[in-house]
Amino acid sequence: MGNVVELKNVTKKFKGFAVEDMDLQIKQGFVTGFMGENGAGKSTTIKMMLNLLQPDAGEVKVFGLDYTTHEKVIKERIGFVYDGNVFFEGLNLKDIKRIVAPAYERWDDKLFHKYIEQFDLPLNKAMKTFSKGMQMKASLAIALSHHAELIILDEPTAGLDPIFRRELLDLLQELMVDGNRTIFFSTHITSDLDRIADYLAFIHKGDLIFNQSVHDVAENYALVKGKLDLLDRDTEKAFVHIRRASTGFEALTDNSNDVKQIFGDNVVIERASLEDIMYYLKGGIHHG
Amino acid sequence: MQIIISNSSKEPIYEQIANQVKSAILTGELQEGAAIPSMRKLAKDLQISVITTKRAYEELEKSGFIYSIVGKGSFVAEQNLEVIREKKLNVIEEQLNAVITNSKEIGLSLDELQQLMKILYEE
Repeated sequence: MGNVVELKNVTKKFKGFAVEDMDLQIKQGFVTGFMGENGAGKSTTIKMMLNLLQPDAGEVKVFGLDYTTHEKVIKERIGFVYDGNVFFEGLNLKDIKRIVAPAYERWDDKLFHKYIEQFDLPLNKAMKTFSKGMQMKASLAIALSHHAELIILDEPTAGLDPIFRRELLDLLQELMVDGNRTIFFSTHITSDLDRIADYLAFIHKGDLIFNQSVHDVAENYALVKGKLDLLDRDTEKAFVHIRRASTGFEALTDNSNDVKQIFGDNVVIERASLEDIMYYLKGGIHHG
Repeated sequence: MQIIISNSSKEPIYEQIANQVKSAILTGELQEGAAIPSMRKLAKDLQISVITTKRAYEELEKSGFIYSIVGKGSFVAEQNLEVIREKKLNVIEEQLNAVITNSKEIGLSLDELQQLMKILYEE
């Protein structure tokens, strides 16, 4: 299967921050988790995918199409969920539906009401009376009711309780039973990704550090622990980051096979969690 | 089809799935031609990522246990039971050879070895 979204050499500069020369592909039929610390450039990247921001340079293609010529066609096939209430807070869901539905050719009223019922949402109450969880559910109901093929969620779980987070993951998994659907999901809560992500894209200070399948990440990245005297200028090159303590070192590698060959049984090699990877990569990758 | 996965096991989840499907086929619990859930359905039921069930199914296809038809799903492949039995026998023979070599090293007689085997077998 092909790529639903393709970013080629995309650059967007702001004062003091830039996404530079980014290449990012999102595979059709899978869930890609987009991880990175706050301010890494996740929202900027997503806004460019949605044409809410235009890159200074480079190319953005969605479904193989260009926004300059096919904006309406592309947007028809995307469902977007944003952290927080994007709707005017004095409106109720009925009003919002009346405004949003005509924008989509494939709007499905039955499906919308199914979600409203499933999420237990009131149609006649103003959005401002909704809790954060309810607002998220309302955004989801609106975003999912036009049979979108690409669902983009920007920090959907931020500020939500664990029960709702789990319900959201259940819902997303249900959506993925349809093999044509693609989900792109930005978050800094790594446990959400452990469960549903097929691919992981990691962005740091505007750079895409990797975009790999979860299996490749699990095979390549590892936490390594050992005695300090094993480290020298050569062996250190196997690691992306090393933390030294008087009791020994702990390091992250992005090539666990190399580490096995260099150190053999002299070190403990453990699976690195996504949180470990995020933490140790905060200084970027620089070998040795 | 019942599959129990352990998140704390060292064995990767895709291997756990592949092994459990294999043993269900080998014990006859899953019959030849039986439909197994789509990898997407299975991912949802097990609450794991699609790519993990995909990898499990790919392994099972590669080793000839299942086959998939686009748009129809995955099915238990026709098993040549004789071939499977033969493969297993080869493995057993190899393992027994290792046992015999080890026994000879410490001077264990055939009788003693047979006795040991009998006790273990009947356990």
